[in-house]
Amino acid sequence: MKLNKLNLKQTLKLLEKKEISLEELYDDIFQAIEEKNKELNIYLYVNKKALEQAKKMINFPLKGVPVAVKDNFLTIDMPTTASSKVLENYYPQYESTVTKRLISSGGVIIGKTNMDAWAHGSSTETSDFGTTKNPRNSVYSPGGSSGGSAAAVAANMAIASLGTETAGSIRQPASWCGVVGLKPTYGRVSRYGVIAMGSSLDCPGPITKTVEDAAILLKYIAGKDENDSTTSSLPVKDYLKFLNKSIKGFKIGICYFDLPQLKDSQVNQSIKKAAEVFKSLGVQVDYLQTSEKLEQNKVISPKYAIGVYTVVQRGEVSSNLARYDGIRYGKGREFFGAEAKRRVMLGIFGLSSFLKKEELVYKRAQRVRTLYIKNFKQLFKKYDVLISLTSPSYALKIGSSASSPMFGELQDMLAEPSSLAGICGISVPCHHDKKTNLYLGLNIMGDYFQEEKILQVAHVFEKSIVL
Amino acid sequence: MRYKPIIGMEVHVELKTLSKMFCGCKNDPFEAKKPNIYTCPVCLGLPGALPVANKKAIDWTLKLGLALNCQINYLSKFDRKHYFYPDLPKGYQISQYDLPFCYNGFIKTNDGVVRICRVHLEEDTGKLIHTTVNGEKVSLVDFNRSGVPLIEIVTEPDIYSSSQAKEYAKKLYQIIRYLDISEADMEKGQMRLEANVSLIKEDSCQLPEYKVELKNINSFRFLEKAINSEIKRQIEILEKGKTPAQETRGYNAEKNQTFSQRSKEEAQDYRYFPEPDIPPIKITNQWLKAIKKELPEDIFSRLLRWQKDYQVRSEFVENLFETSLQADWLEKVFQNMRKAGLDSGKLVNLILHKKIKVNLFQDQPEKLVDIFKKQTVIEDVSDDQLKGIVKQVLKENPKAVEDYKKGKTTVINFLYGQVLRVLKKKVEFERVKKIIEKTN
Amino acid sequence: MIKITSLIVDKIAQLAKIPVDEKEKDKLAKGFNETLEVVDELFKIDVSQVEPTYQTTGLKNVFREDKIEKEKMLSQEQVLSQAKNTHNCYFVTKRRLSSFEDSL
Repeated sequence: MKLNKLNLKQTLKLLEKKEISLEELYDDIFQAIEEKNKELNIYLYVNKKALEQAKKMINFPLKGVPVAVKDNFLTIDMPTTASSKVLENYYPQYESTVTKRLISSGGVIIGKTNMDAWAHGSSTETSDFGTTKNPRNSVYSPGGSSGGSAAAVAANMAIASLGTETAGSIRQPASWCGVVGLKPTYGRVSRYGVIAMGSSLDCPGPITKTVEDAAILLKYIAGKDENDSTTSSLPVKDYLKFLNKSIKGFKIGICYFDLPQLKDSQVNQSIKKAAEVFKSLGVQVDYLQTSEKLEQNKVISPKYAIGVYTVVQRGEVSSNLARYDGIRYGKGREFFGAEAKRRVMLGIFGLSSFLKKEELVYKRAQRVRTLYIKNFKQLFKKYDVLISLTSPSYALKIGSSASSPMFGELQDMLAEPSSLAGICGISVPCHHDKKTNLYLGLNIMGDYFQEEKILQVAHVFEKSIVL
Repeated sequence: MRYKPIIGMEVHVELKTLSKMFCGCKNDPFEAKKPNIYTCPVCLGLPGALPVANKKAIDWTLKLGLALNCQINYLSKFDRKHYFYPDLPKGYQISQYDLPFCYNGFIKTNDGVVRICRVHLEEDTGKLIHTTVNGEKVSLVDFNRSGVPLIEIVTEPDIYSSSQAKEYAKKLYQIIRYLDISEADMEKGQMRLEANVSLIKEDSCQLPEYKVELKNINSFRFLEKAINSEIKRQIEILEKGKTPAQETRGYNAEKNQTFSQRSKEEAQDYRYFPEPDIPPIKITNQWLKAIKKELPEDIFSRLLRWQKDYQVRSEFVENLFETSLQADWLEKVFQNMRKAGLDSGKLVNLILHKKIKVNLFQDQPEKLVDIFKKQTVIEDVSDDQLKGIVKQVLKENPKAVEDYKKGKTTVINFLYGQVLRVLKKKVEFERVKKIIEKTN
Repeated sequence: MIKITSLIVDKIAQLAKIPVDEKEKDKLAKGFNETLEVVDELFKIDVSQVEPTYQTTGLKNVFREDKIEKEKMLSQEQVLSQAKNTHNCYFVTKRRLSSFEDSL
């Protein structure tokens, strides 16, 4: 079998046992890239020195495995563009903490993957360098903004990958590409050296072929970083230890199934099916109704998150893009793509003095944010994890995102509450449509710094179903 | 029509921490031998860089706030202040908006109390040099100064004259130097003065309708002169029935005039929001206690106390020291002088006039007693002996005596010197003077 | 509810320092109107019992010691390496006619 089809755990095992060699592995990887990258447009940059670097890593924990990295992680010796013309040919003068840790653990960056420019989007179509195609069915979008990373894994053009999520950008593309995507708790993984989008929301995380793979990668990249004041000092747990523990007796709450846009749709069925799987494993499953306000045992409607997102996230985005003036690096602001320009302007408008209310708009938005935090806090007192669909649909066709009424708003809406609250979430494939070869993903959310719990539940689920 | 000036001041001070405000780069922009050598991803505003706050800079801000009689915000934070300029690498400055570390303080001046609205901490910008390169007008940017910790002290418009403004600025400078948190050298840009000047009718209680900002003033003298010339300019406009334009003006020392730098018609929309990359700051009781412990005795109270305890005049002794550590050393000296029954006031005088060889702040304080004694020993010389010598000196210097009789009283100094020459001992000037006068 | 005028769009474009053409202006005005609606909704929710959350970490007082970290400083060469226009080790930019915020 082609070695690029192996997952991370298998690759490490076989390398350890010397049953495969790095040369063979990289042969197959580079061949896959050679064959498919032009069509799928996954990599903006391929690291031709990868094998040479890998050979030096054989005695490190990650043994030189090729990992694809989203092009918003700063990497020395490789361009970092955030898929924007503004940063075309920008070679960073320093390394991001996450890639530094990846490399010092023995991982090798096989290439930088395509994304929505500046992470503004949910389809990778806003990239200034062309969209990426979904490897499962190239007429469809891979999702975004970490579309390239998710596609790299789905296309077996990398053994694993790294992405970032601000509101769905890891979980949604993972769901659309039929792979696993983990958004850690905000503050679990360092943002130092990651091109900032929403500073109070951005979370770097792994996108992998299996849940176990995500647990492996998380261990190496997580942890306090003195360069990032928002990282937690809590020790990084040994996530692998929790994977095979039973989830019998767990309590799970199901969210958002009753949203007007979802409740009659076909995709809602997969939530019900997932609920049955959990019940059969001895888990107590409760359907949580959506409420318009903070209520016991109910989940607050995600629609209010739009307001918070609009002011806070867009505001932070407009602020974080203010440094791109073309003087010290990159090109001038006239090179921003249409979507980037729009987002920056909307962000500035939301923070501007034109919006005069009885309270600072930003402050009000942060109050609403607290409502979500409180809601999750209440729910996690009772439930071990909460689940929902990751995306309200299968992958959409390339080009349809702009016209689909359901698209942007609802797409983000399902992920926004957990992103705004900063809790952790993992998307794991839960349904495969044989006709289109597309997937649906299950979003499993956990309380702050309880990645081991969502990994545990996701792992058991993964093993209990046949796609 | 008489007008009353309404003046508020904003002063920026560069802290002398070892490293910058949000990164570990060397904080030494003025002495840097080359441009762009003290930078890193953070202060250069590279993509993905994140700020980490320098605790010492916060400690020093709290220290200054306490020394300025401020209240402390127990919960504080940094905020982003947005505007575009080539020397501002991130496109925003990390500063403080609605929860500054310190607020509601004051400085007493001879013309009244000047209330201090706020004392907050922020980062400095890079430096711009305007020049021409290859025939094109350009600005050259150097980021050595970008990210240096900067304290901003803002007053209420409680200042009513240029002299009061000068006194305020001088006192603020004294306090800052006393705490030794900055060299505050205005020529190096380590302390920057700005005055907001408006005029209202003398009998009016209403707030002024406009405000003119005077910037880039780099000495106390120029501050006074700039304000004076600006007041004159504004009166001329007001007398014509017009309102001075709301703008920023600089001061041209040669012409002794202020000139327009930029119009400030609309208030800038800085779109402040809390800095998401830096967690909020909680000033605990323990922390504040530690700062208070390190806070030296208020400089002006100390000077008053010295007057009482050691008979040293503030207006003289304040020229001898700057920092509190230096004041501590002086105090030890005065204590030793007092123990030995000697006059500290006189010592201060001698030091100021450089008539005594002393390694200020370095010699052992006890040693100064000996140095002083050697200089001013009042050895026993009887009145008769002294009278005799005076008579002799006067006889030998008839021209001097004539000059003195003509009214040239300064000749006394010469005669005093002659007396000492003969005597070969040091005697008090006053004593000799009295005898010389009596003898005539 | 303020009315989004062309002046407002221009002002925002100026604050954003982004060039916009007439076509884009209409789209933006629409976007601003949507933002206004969304913001209005925010003020309809009962938030009387909650405080704003600026950071979800709950962290406070994260500081660094005042020391020079040489390893993190960049060499002058590295600093200038990505700029398109430098002169005598300075970055170069066009001179503005009216400065925005003056520095010394």
